[in-house]
Amino acid sequence: MILIVDMNWKRNSLAFNEFVSPIVSVIQPLEEYKVKHFLDIEPSELNGYSKILLSGTALKDHATLKQVDKFGWVKMCDKPILGICAGMQTISLVFNESLVNCLQIGMTEIKTLEENPLIQGDFKAYTLHNYSVEATKTFEVLAKSAKCIQAIKHKQKNIYGVLFHPEVRNQDILKKFIQLNQ
Amino acid sequence: MRLGVLFSGGKDSTLALHLAAEKEEVACLITVVSKNKESYMFHTPNIDVTVLQAEALGLPLVSVVTEGKKEEELADLEKAIIDAKSKFQIDGVVTGAVESVYQASRIQRICNKLDVWSFNPLWKYDQNALLETLVEKSFKVIISGVFAYPLDEKWLGKQIDASVIARLVDLQSQYGISPSGEGGEIETTVLEAPLYKKRIEILNSAVDWRGNCGVFLIKQARLVLK
Repeated sequence: MILIVDMNWKRNSLAFNEFVSPIVSVIQPLEEYKVKHFLDIEPSELNGYSKILLSGTALKDHATLKQVDKFGWVKMCDKPILGICAGMQTISLVFNESLVNCLQIGMTEIKTLEENPLIQGDFKAYTLHNYSVEATKTFEVLAKSAKCIQAIKHKQKNIYGVLFHPEVRNQDILKKFIQLNQ
Repeated sequence: MRLGVLFSGGKDSTLALHLAAEKEEVACLITVVSKNKESYMFHTPNIDVTVLQAEALGLPLVSVVTEGKKEEELADLEKAIIDAKSKFQIDGVVTGAVESVYQASRIQRICNKLDVWSFNPLWKYDQNALLETLVEKSFKVIISGVFAYPLDEKWLGKQIDASVIARLVDLQSQYGISPSGEGGEIETTVLEAPLYKKRIEILNSAVDWRGNCGVFLIKQARLVLK
């Protein structure tokens, strides 16, 4: 069972269709899943899921970045986690990394820097973000665009982040995440 | 949150409007009337009918005319959003974008510049499901433009119902056309929708067919009780 975390600023928001539903469309044929809003996550329930996906949000939505305390469970969890856009930014803040201003909107060239199970080579991806992460201590940098870091992995844990939106033009990345061995 | 809906009067922007109205307050419609028939962003047949559609919805319409030159039409859209922001205090803009990163990115950039939210409630919506949703929710949608083989003039003016969807899906498998017209194969006009307080009755229309594409022009129409 995959947990998809709705990272939008409120439950049942107008942005749900844009940032959560496209992830559901990719996961639905592959695995059972449950969607929960980030305010409704109970850390004690997390053992019931095999993997966890954190959605992106609208460009003006910074709710999770201001409520990082709601994501303490990310540090405790031993399941593979993939944060998309705001999901990656929030995961970075959980591990005390810093964000840097980096506005990108639209199709963007991404270059893979480190071999990893999710992304390979150079490719184009859909981006929609105001921030990226600074060079990090906790994470290795997997990919970059010309302007900023685009994908990271925790150095010890199976925690990944992608700043671009794989649910829009690179859905294979989500499929590979679902197929990851724990 | 008060929202302005980018409105062409076709099925996507009208369905986006309905989804937005379920969650937030729709304060106005925003229409860009492009004189350029080749415009990727804004051209649609029967754009003038948006005046009647806005009246049917009971919503104010912020309308701007553009020559339709590539970047100028975006500047004109920006002016319209600024106008909507000032007149109706909108916090965000809703679009009917489904697959087009080209359209969605350009509107996202304008919204970012103007510090307003941008919502795309139909983003990545399954095309067949989108058509079926319109029929289930009793939208009366006609095909007002066809721009791809083998669609011919017999399609013009047809109401989208279960049998039309089945034929479009069939053409998708044979010719690779998008059944919802995402590739610009089809344009539509919405004559009736759940939020319409009145429906649009066409009094006079004409088919303008030019070799391999054409439009169904609504020349005269009025609002009547549902």
